[in-house]
Amino acid sequence: MTPGDLVDAPTVNLVMALTVGVLYSVGFYLMLHRSLMRVLIGVVVLGHGTNLLLQLVGGPPARVPIVGNSPPETFADPLPQALALTAVVITFALTTFLLALGYRSFTLIGHDEVQDDLEDRRIARIKHPAAPLPTTGDDDRDSGDDDRDSGDEEAR
Amino acid sequence: MTALPTLPVLLPILGAALTVVVGASVAAQRIIALTTLSAVATVAAVLLAAADRSGPVVAALGGWAPPVGIALVADRLSALLLLVSTLVALAVLVYAISQRIADYGRRMASSTFYPMYLVLSAGVSLAYLSGDLFTLFVSFEIMLTASYVLITRRTTTQTIRAGMTYVTVSLLSSLLFLTAVGMVYAATATVNLADLSERVATLPPGLRTVLALMLMVVFGIKAAMVPLHFWLPDSYPNAPAPVTALFAGLLTKVSFYAMVRTQTLLFPHDGPWTLMLWFAVATMLVGALGALAQNDINRLLSFLLVSHIGFMLFGLGVFDARGLSGATLYAAHHITVLATLFLVSGLIVRRTGTVALDRMGGLLRTSPALAVLFAIPALTLAGIPPTAGFVAKLQLLQAGAEAGPGPVAVAAVVIVASFLTLYALARVWVRVFWGKPAPTVEDPDPDDELEVGTARTPWPMYAATAGLVVVSLAIAAFAGPLSGVTGRVGEDLLARDGYRVAVLGSAP
Repeated sequence: MTPGDLVDAPTVNLVMALTVGVLYSVGFYLMLHRSLMRVLIGVVVLGHGTNLLLQLVGGPPARVPIVGNSPPETFADPLPQALALTAVVITFALTTFLLALGYRSFTLIGHDEVQDDLEDRRIARIKHPAAPLPTTGDDDRDSGDDDRDSGDEEAR
Repeated sequence: MTALPTLPVLLPILGAALTVVVGASVAAQRIIALTTLSAVATVAAVLLAAADRSGPVVAALGGWAPPVGIALVADRLSALLLLVSTLVALAVLVYAISQRIADYGRRMASSTFYPMYLVLSAGVSLAYLSGDLFTLFVSFEIMLTASYVLITRRTTTQTIRAGMTYVTVSLLSSLLFLTAVGMVYAATATVNLADLSERVATLPPGLRTVLALMLMVVFGIKAAMVPLHFWLPDSYPNAPAPVTALFAGLLTKVSFYAMVRTQTLLFPHDGPWTLMLWFAVATMLVGALGALAQNDINRLLSFLLVSHIGFMLFGLGVFDARGLSGATLYAAHHITVLATLFLVSGLIVRRTGTVALDRMGGLLRTSPALAVLFAIPALTLAGIPPTAGFVAKLQLLQAGAEAGPGPVAVAAVVIVASFLTLYALARVWVRVFWGKPAPTVEDPDPDDELEVGTARTPWPMYAATAGLVVVSLAIAAFAGPLSGVTGRVGEDLLARDGYRVAVLGSAP
């Protein structure tokens, strides 16, 4: 298997390529949301897309795994499988971390939306005094529950 | 000797496991963490000496010879950055210990700080040493996962918000990285960097460009290259000072290293790389101008951090031996000086109780030692002679001046960005150190582990900061031999043969 062969003769079938494409688009779309739950699902979907991609680069489907006494040409390439396995573990660990973060955000703030940056808004206000005030302008260390209100204000 | 490159990864991982085992005893955790990092620093120094004397040191894990197995490669570039990074990590650890952020200060011991700190430094070591693209991915994950925990340890609304942005962006770039690894493997059937450097050359130019750009975007996000920098000033300032200092010193530079390694080894250019020069200009200017608008001292430093990533990108964009040499020297200096500035900012906030520049003042009178500790790294970052920043910047400017009209124009931007940096830091100086002393702001949460607004500061916090100041002065003092090493780094990176022969055992 030389590099040139793979480039000239694509081994990926269209259905799989489209599946990967759809998984990527859905994943990116979900990651653009403010709610951490949607971001989380986006990460999971995107992770699946990536793992599928890793599987696809290992050659055409329906080859046997690298066990037994079959001739080496019939084996599936084991390296992408090893890479995908590692990637699955990593994505899994980070998914649980994001879940924990979302839950923590829910207990502290009451929702899991990514907040506006108070400091950014303060600086924006220097130029445009009409922009909404950071509700906790006095104390940027501990913004507490007020964030909820300011977030809604922004949304309107 | 050939097992040596494994130690900077294995020691911190084992140390992390040990610190979990002895979790009940804070003293034991401290000793283990300090010993481990000192040992790693020693190994890194030995590796640097060996790599400089007789070429890259290669360890083939599990006895599988490259390109099949995983190879750890310590050449001049990785050994040098590993040494500087570990020294900074060690100093920041001393600072963190004496600030008592590790043991949740006045309340209870924590089992997360030391293990995560060591895991992070293991990830950093692995990133510098890894000889294949997938191990590089794994090392970034090790490093970033540890950093997620460190940045969200204090679960206040602030850190949760910062953590969300940080984790989401990092995760996205990691998945893109994995995609890029998959693509590279599909095109070349290998992930070993030395092997790739030969095989990528046989690919069609269009495909090569796609792969190069994908890797550039991935490391660009992680290295905070404008326009992919937006997450950094929002997330870094919300962590405690030592954690921010560690991130600012190490993480972005590891990504920059990865960018240099992949771009020089896999996708070499003849002459300047124009696209990267544009990114360098944007990064320098956006970072420096952003810093001028800030009132929060940590955010200001974060923007300066972004700005000075641009200086290194400039060295990479020039793409000749001198430019890469300057970028390497700049990275070594940048790791030290940014970590120092964030530690000093931690000391300032501890003294004044606030991060807002307009609520500080007169620290020159109330605590002159702080003024000295701030002034030296500030001048270094601005690149005032005879500091390390000046030496590194001079190399970059020389490289730009010799490389043609495009780089010369960018070199002019370097000078503008330096003045903007100086102006931003002078603003900090005027606000914080001059004027009449402002009243100390009360600690908003006296129960958390972060004690602020107090005049009592343990001396090791000062000592650790001063230690880093000394390191950055040493970079200036030994600029001669050091630029000798970085000069050879630049030549190595362009020649590529030394790396290939060391890893694959034969000339192409």
